[in-house]
Amino acid sequence: MTIINFKLNNDLIEYEIKDHWTLLHLLREEMGLIGTKEGCGNGECGACTVIVDKLAINSCLYLAIDADKKTIETIEGLASTDGKLHPLQQSFVDNGGIQCGFCSPGMIMSSKALLDGNPDATREEIKHALAGNICRCTGYLQIFESVEAAKHTGGAK
Amino acid sequence: MSEYNVVGKRIPKIDAAQKAMGRAEYIQDVKLPGMLYGKILYSKHAHARITRMDLSKALALSGVYTILTGEDVPEKMRMGFYKDNPPLKKDKVFSFRDEVAAVAAKTPEIAKKALELIEIDYEVLPGIFDPEKAMEKDSPLVHENTKSNVLKLPWKLHYGDVDKAEKEAAFVVEGRFTTTWVTHCCMGTSGAVASFDAADNLTIYTNTQIPSLAQKDFLEALKAMGLKNKRARVIKPIIGGGFGSKLDTYAYEHIAILLAHKCRKPVKIVFDRPEEFIATSTRQPTVTHIKQGCDKNGKLLFRDIRMVLDNGAHTSWGATTPSVMMMPITSLYRVDNVRYDAKCVYTNNTYSQAMRGYGNPQATFAIESNIDMLAEKAGIDPIEFRRINRNHPGDVTPQNFKITTCGLDLCLDAVEKELRKSGTKEKGVGIGVASLIHVGGGARIYKSDGCGVIIKMDDYGKASVFTGGTDMGQGLDNITAQIVAEELGLLVEDVHVVHTDTDVCPWDVGAHASRSTFVAGNAALGAAKKIKAQLLELGSKELKTTPDSLMLKDRLIFVPGDPEKSMAIDKLLRKIHFSPGGTMLVSDHFFDPINENMGPDYKGNMSMTYTFGVHGVKVRVDEETGKVEVLEYVAAHDVGQAINPLLLEGQVYGGVVMGLGYALSEEVMHVNGKNMNPNFRDYKLFTAKDAVKIIAPVIQTPDKDGPFGAKGIGEPGCVPTAPAIANAIYDAVGVRITTLPITPEKVLAALMEKKKNH
Repeated sequence: MTIINFKLNNDLIEYEIKDHWTLLHLLREEMGLIGTKEGCGNGECGACTVIVDKLAINSCLYLAIDADKKTIETIEGLASTDGKLHPLQQSFVDNGGIQCGFCSPGMIMSSKALLDGNPDATREEIKHALAGNICRCTGYLQIFESVEAAKHTGGAK
Repeated sequence: MSEYNVVGKRIPKIDAAQKAMGRAEYIQDVKLPGMLYGKILYSKHAHARITRMDLSKALALSGVYTILTGEDVPEKMRMGFYKDNPPLKKDKVFSFRDEVAAVAAKTPEIAKKALELIEIDYEVLPGIFDPEKAMEKDSPLVHENTKSNVLKLPWKLHYGDVDKAEKEAAFVVEGRFTTTWVTHCCMGTSGAVASFDAADNLTIYTNTQIPSLAQKDFLEALKAMGLKNKRARVIKPIIGGGFGSKLDTYAYEHIAILLAHKCRKPVKIVFDRPEEFIATSTRQPTVTHIKQGCDKNGKLLFRDIRMVLDNGAHTSWGATTPSVMMMPITSLYRVDNVRYDAKCVYTNNTYSQAMRGYGNPQATFAIESNIDMLAEKAGIDPIEFRRINRNHPGDVTPQNFKITTCGLDLCLDAVEKELRKSGTKEKGVGIGVASLIHVGGGARIYKSDGCGVIIKMDDYGKASVFTGGTDMGQGLDNITAQIVAEELGLLVEDVHVVHTDTDVCPWDVGAHASRSTFVAGNAALGAAKKIKAQLLELGSKELKTTPDSLMLKDRLIFVPGDPEKSMAIDKLLRKIHFSPGGTMLVSDHFFDPINENMGPDYKGNMSMTYTFGVHGVKVRVDEETGKVEVLEYVAAHDVGQAINPLLLEGQVYGGVVMGLGYALSEEVMHVNGKNMNPNFRDYKLFTAKDAVKIIAPVIQTPDKDGPFGAKGIGEPGCVPTAPAIANAIYDAVGVRITTLPITPEKVLAALMEKKKNH
């Protein structure tokens, strides 16, 4: 057991973890944050994407112990406390970027990491940033449109 | 269309916000108090006898509650089309996918460890993996109790006189086309949580597309377990993708039931990704011999098809896909003389099941590739050839399908217009088209094609709609809400759709055959009409007018043009409920389309209406590497009326990209029955980087029987994609690829072969 300290969606967290836990396990199974999804457990699908220190990562491949002293953003942290969706979330809703929704949290987190660092991302840059996030429902087009539309609605800080 | 307030509008998915927030609960997220975790052990061989099993080490592991084997499965607990497949096999295994033992333990980790401690000895038997070889006389038998590996299924029809038509044809072409295993790849893997109450009633959380039929299967399972007169309640969490993968009940559901009953605790089984690849059912591999002929003017005279399907080791509903393949075979284009003979053959491979299109993509690949060959031989432009032979409204096809609305001509026009914008032909670049027909007005596969809907109005002008239909991401909840809101003069947010629980939702045969918008939509419309009639009747008393002078719109009931005679619908509802002698507003409607089961001769109008479409694609083929690049994609569909264009486009885009994977990259690789690529690294789905621009013209031919004129569109997007690609490759570089997927290796080999022969 090891105690780690990290910032999670603006909350300061101290948590006793087992050294072999992945960040995905910590978030989902221990902390009950079910928004981060496990699609493959092997870093191939991106459903478990969270942002660690501004970088989108596969939380299934990231050890919880490495989250010590880091800033973690998950899908649960995006909407404001009054329930208002983050512009990226709203854009995914409005533009058909969500069907079954299982890939959506990961898609949105990858998109957020992209736009946070590159507010004017082009279609090609969006494709590149989402290359590790698999979606089986949408054929991706409405996802690209969602990200592009969010650039103009505050999705890009 | 402008006459509607809600129908035809791009209204975002009702459940999208909770999904965007990570609040939607999938089977992965369901946790019950005291819940145990189940894991399944699969066979180590494709075909073998089990000679010894030792569970002692696994049972001794701390945290293991129980282990079940084939010995523990009740005699009558069987799955599949023939009801001959037990959820755990005893004595003998028939494929690598066969379940041999299952553990329930305190944690998934312990359950997994216990599987490793189970000792099983096998006596390996010879396997058979090629369906054509399995048909040979001296082939080993997959099932010893059968005389032949060929299933006794009578997939055979002959309309007109094919031999005579062939003699009369000016041009005849033939070909052999093969397709392989592909799989649904739902992002949310399969899973179930089974739980019994103190009186042995079952509640099962499972992401099924067939809640009512699953309930029947589970009740039969309970009966087989000796639990008679018990209830089975099926609760659907949010479904992480369906595409046909959840159109049957599966071993993991039955095993969860057995484990939960044995342990007296809830048991959860959720597949990991490799398991999802290995232990769920694929699309059927096919070998198709096709011959078609036309007269000198290009009129199609006959179609002659022989097909072999790899049935795998067990018979599921997948063995009935030839019944749907018959649809394009007899009814895509006008063709009077048709012969079709399909054989499903047992092998020691995985067994197949339903997948988006249900056989139609395989059949259409052969037909539409071969149509291009015929057009070329006849010296007719391929789009023109299709125009000559297209279906027309009012046609009755040889299978007795009654074509009501048909926008195939308009789809051809739309695709041609987009594809032939630039007249110049670049080297290595080519265009290809392919058409489709699919059921768009339900499909009478079972005796019923029905769906029930109940609507209950509350005091606040809101409607709760309980539907038998299933939303698995495609958006039926929206379609239902938009139809009800349109009819009752409400807004979409006033309509709450409940589809999750067999305890409260009415009966339905399932989310298959692109039937939900048409059938569940008509059921919702029927129930809404009954509420509307009540509102108008009761409102007429309040407003002192006649029911037929009243309108419902924008949450109001009113006499148009008379501001005095107007009232908020919620206020009227409160008056209706909250008065002496009051009443409540509840309605129900069961809609069963007027369509027909196929007769013994396979004739019968399977669907009330049919959806048509044409796909066109421009590709560039790299002659050095064989790589095919999709430059443009146009997918035009005749949908009757778009209830929600935003969701409609989503179905088309998603279908097309799934079809592109089928055409170009996806393949479950089996070597002697063993799945060699059970992961997303090696199973090549289209990624965001591979995504292509798709133009999706929507052709509207409002159908008199559809809800507000709508036809089904769930499956068509992936039906003609592969032949459109194959035809474009031929146009680009002159090689005809006849096996899917069309990998660079196959294109390159064909190019080299072509060079050698010139």
